[in-house]
Amino acid sequence: MAQTSTASRPAGDTIPAPGKISVSLTVNGAQRKLQVAPWTTLLDTLRDYLDLTGSKKGCDHGQCGACTVLVDGRRINSCLALAVMKDGATVTTVEGLATDGALHPLQQAFIDHDAFQCGYCTPGQICSAAGLIAEGKAQSADEIRELMSGNICRCGAYPNIVAAIQQAMKS
Amino acid sequence: MQTYVGTPTSRVDGRAKVTGQAKYAGEFNLPGLAYGHVVVSSIPKGRIKRIDTRQALRLEGVLDVLTHENRPRMAGTDRAYKDDVAPEKGSPFRPLYDDRIMFNGQPIALVLAEDWDTAQFAASLVQVEYEKAPHVTDLRAQRENAFVTKRPSKPRGNASKAYAAADVRHEAEYLIATEHHNPMELFASTVVWDGDGKLTVYDKTQGVQNVQQYLCGVLNKKPDEVRVRSPFVGGAFGSGLRPQYQVVLATLGALALERSVRLVLTRAQMYGLGYRPETIERLALGATAGGTLDAITHEAIAMTSQYEDFARNDTGWADLLYKSANTDLVHKLVRLDVSTPADMRAPGAATGVFALECAMDEIAVALKLDPVELRLRCYSDRDQSEDLPFTSKKLRECYRQGAQAFGWEKRNPAPRAMHDGSELVGWGMATGVWEALQMPTAARIVLTANGHAEVSCAASDIGTGTYTIMAQVAADALGLPIENISIKLGDSTLPQAPVEGGSWMAASSAHAVGTTADAVRKELLRLAKKMPGSPLADAKLDEVVLADGKLMAGQDATRAVSIADIMRAGEVERITQEKTNSFKEDSAHARNAHSAVFAEVKIDEQLGVVRVTRVVNVVAAGRILNAKTAHSQIMGSVVGGIGMALHEETLFDHRFGRIMNANIAEYHMPVNADVHDIKVIFVDEPDELINPMGIKGLGEIGLVGVAAAIANAVYHATGKRVRDLPITLDKILS
Repeated sequence: MAQTSTASRPAGDTIPAPGKISVSLTVNGAQRKLQVAPWTTLLDTLRDYLDLTGSKKGCDHGQCGACTVLVDGRRINSCLALAVMKDGATVTTVEGLATDGALHPLQQAFIDHDAFQCGYCTPGQICSAAGLIAEGKAQSADEIRELMSGNICRCGAYPNIVAAIQQAMKS
Repeated sequence: MQTYVGTPTSRVDGRAKVTGQAKYAGEFNLPGLAYGHVVVSSIPKGRIKRIDTRQALRLEGVLDVLTHENRPRMAGTDRAYKDDVAPEKGSPFRPLYDDRIMFNGQPIALVLAEDWDTAQFAASLVQVEYEKAPHVTDLRAQRENAFVTKRPSKPRGNASKAYAAADVRHEAEYLIATEHHNPMELFASTVVWDGDGKLTVYDKTQGVQNVQQYLCGVLNKKPDEVRVRSPFVGGAFGSGLRPQYQVVLATLGALALERSVRLVLTRAQMYGLGYRPETIERLALGATAGGTLDAITHEAIAMTSQYEDFARNDTGWADLLYKSANTDLVHKLVRLDVSTPADMRAPGAATGVFALECAMDEIAVALKLDPVELRLRCYSDRDQSEDLPFTSKKLRECYRQGAQAFGWEKRNPAPRAMHDGSELVGWGMATGVWEALQMPTAARIVLTANGHAEVSCAASDIGTGTYTIMAQVAADALGLPIENISIKLGDSTLPQAPVEGGSWMAASSAHAVGTTADAVRKELLRLAKKMPGSPLADAKLDEVVLADGKLMAGQDATRAVSIADIMRAGEVERITQEKTNSFKEDSAHARNAHSAVFAEVKIDEQLGVVRVTRVVNVVAAGRILNAKTAHSQIMGSVVGGIGMALHEETLFDHRFGRIMNANIAEYHMPVNADVHDIKVIFVDEPDELINPMGIKGLGEIGLVGVAAAIANAVYHATGKRVRDLPITLDKILS
C-alpha cells in the first residue's frame, strides 16, 4: 500500500484550464482532428497526443533543432509553433519519411555514414536535411555545415552528417 | 564465412534511430499517464520557511503538489542514497527530503497534473519563502580554503629542489571552466504503475541496475517491485552515471497518485545536475638543457559541493607519460554551495592532461625543441607511480603516424610565422592517455534451433555502439550472420552489468558475450557427441568452432554438424546459457590507452575568431572491434574537445550563486559550422596481456589532449598563451 500525499484541494475557486480548440492537421499523410489547448506546442501535440515521439524535445526553446519537422514542406522548430497556429497544415515527421518500409535516401545515408551515435538529434537532423535539400540552397560542404547549424549533435557526428547529406543529394 | 569483429559494421539499432522508432525514457505514452513538473529553489543556501501550493492546487487539471512536507516516506540514512558511483566521502543529496537548500536549482516541489502544460503552469504558481544563509560559489575567490583530498602517487625525490636547480623551468596556472554535459535528450523518467506498489521505471541512465538498487534503498522497495529500463539513451557523457533526482521525484509521484507518472526536466533544470568542475591546475616543470624532465609538480584545485567530496585523478597522468626522478602530484578540493560535480567524458584526464600538455608545449618553446621531439625524449616505458611496464603502449607510433598524416615536418616553429590569406595559422599537438578498465559483466545467450540467438545484458548503450559490438562478437563466436543476432540491453532484470562509463563497457561486454558463447559451444558439443555416429565423437572443446551455423572440428568441413541437427537429436528447442566474464589478475602491468592529437587553427587577427580547421587524432587502444562506430567515438570526442577549448563555459553570478547561462543558446557548444576536417587513425596495437580479445575501450581517450592541442595551436598562431579555457575571442584580442 503506497502512502498518499496529504495535500488536498484548497477552498476557493478553481482556476479553469484554457478551453480546447479544434485543430485539423495532415500528419504524415493522415487527416488528424484534435482538441488541443491553445498553449500546447506542435511538438507536444505530436509527441503526447499523436504518439509520434520521433520528433524530439531537447530544449523547448528553439535552440537545439531536435524537434525539426516539415510543415507545408518547410523545416521548422515544432517547439516554437503552437498547434492551433498550424490548423490546416501538412506536417511531415521522421515517421513519415519512409515509404512502404523503404527508407528515405537520407535515412539510409545516415546509417551508411554512421551520422549519429545516441540517435536523439537524428530525426531533427534528417527532417532538417530534407528541408535543406528542398530549399536547393546548399551546394558545397561549407554551405551544408552552415545551413545545418541549427541542429545540435552533442555526440559530435557533424562530419558524418555532412557526408550523409551529400550522399542523399546525389541520389 | 564472414566475420564481423574488426570490420566497419553499421549500427544494428540504426534503423530504429533514423525512423523515430527508438523510444527514449520520456516517450512511453500510456493510458492514464500523469505529468510532472519540478519547482526548483532560487537561492543557493538556506531553508524553506514556507511553501504555499494552494494556488497551484486550484488550477483545473492539477492532481497534487508534493513537497518535503507531504511526500511519501523516504529512507533516512546516507547509506540508502549511496549509489555505485557516489563519492566515498559525503552525504548524497536527498531530493525533496527536508527544508534545507544546498544549491541553486535544487528541486523543492513536484507538481502533478493531467497534462504537461498544466503542470508547467501550476509550477509557476507555487510560492516559496526562504530563510537565506550566506553562500560561496566562486572557486577562484575561495582557493585559500582548498584542502588535500588525494595524491595519485607518493612524491618521488624532491620536486621543488630539483625544480630550483633545473636548467630550464616553466611554471604556470591553467584554468578550466565548469562544463555541463548537455546530452540532447532531456533528463526524463516514466514510471509505470503496475499495481500493488510495483513499478516499471523508464529512466535516462547509464546504469539501470544502479538506479534499481538506489530506488529500492531510497523508497524501501523489494528488488522485485522495481524494474528499471533504458532501451535507448539520448547521450549522457557521464551525466547519467548516478541516479538523478527526476527518477526519485517521478517515483514519489507514482507512489503518491498510485498512477503512472512522467517527469521530464527542462534544459535549465539540467544545470542543477552534475557537471565537470571548474579546476585550477598548477604545473611546475624543470628540464635539463638536453630536453629531459627532472621535476614535475602538478597541483589541481577543483570545486565540489558542501555535501560530497567529488575528486578525480587530474594529476597522476605525468607518471604514465614522462620520465622524471622528482615528482609531486596532489589533488585539492574547495567546497562550495553548489550541486556535486559529476564524471564528464574523461573526468580528471580532460582537465589534468590539458594543463600538463600545455605546460609541455611551453617548456618545449623554452628549450627551443620541437614539441613532438620533447615528448619522445621524455617518453616513459613504465608507469612510474607503480614502476610497472604497460600491457602495451604504442604511443611512439601515435606520434609518428600523427606527425606524418598531419604534415608536421612542414611546421615553422616560430609563432605567427604561418598565414593563410589574412588569417594566422597555428599548428599544435598534445598527448592523450586514459585507463583501460574492465568490469564483471554477465550475458545470457538463447540459441534457437533455427540458428537465431538472443543476447541480453543489463548494460546501457548511450550511443557508444554497445548493441552493435555485442552483436558482432556474438555473430563471430556463434558462427551466425549478424542478422540472426538480436541484442537486448537496458533492463535491470537482465544479467549483471556495471554502469556504462569509464571506457570499460566494450571490453567488459565483449568478454561476457565471448564467455557465454563458449558455454553454448560446450553444450552443443555435449549434445553432438551423443548423436549416433557423430563425426564429433572424439572432438575436444578447444578444437571445435561454430561457423556457418555448424559445429565443426577446426577447418575440417567433413567433421561438422549443423546446430539444427544437434538440437533435433538432443530434443531441445533452444540452448540457454548465462555466464559472467572473468579476467586474469595481473598486478604486474599498467593498463592504458594512448593518443597523439594534432590540431590546426586559423585565426582572424582583427576579430579574434578561432576556427579549428584540421584535427588528426591517432589512437592506440588495443583491438578495434568496429572501425565504423570506433571512428565515430573518436570523432565525437574531438568535437567535445573543440567545445572544451573554444566554447563551453558555465557562468555563475556569484552574487546569487546561480548559473546565468542555463540554456543551450548561451552555453555554447560546437555546431556543424564549427567542425571541419577530423581525421581518426587507429594504431595497430595487439595486446595479449590486457584481456583475451585485446580490447582497451574508446569512450574517453578521444577527448584527452584535444583542448591542449588546440590551445597550443592558438599560441603557435598568435604568440599569445591563453591558459584560461575556453579560449574566447576577448582573450585573444586583449
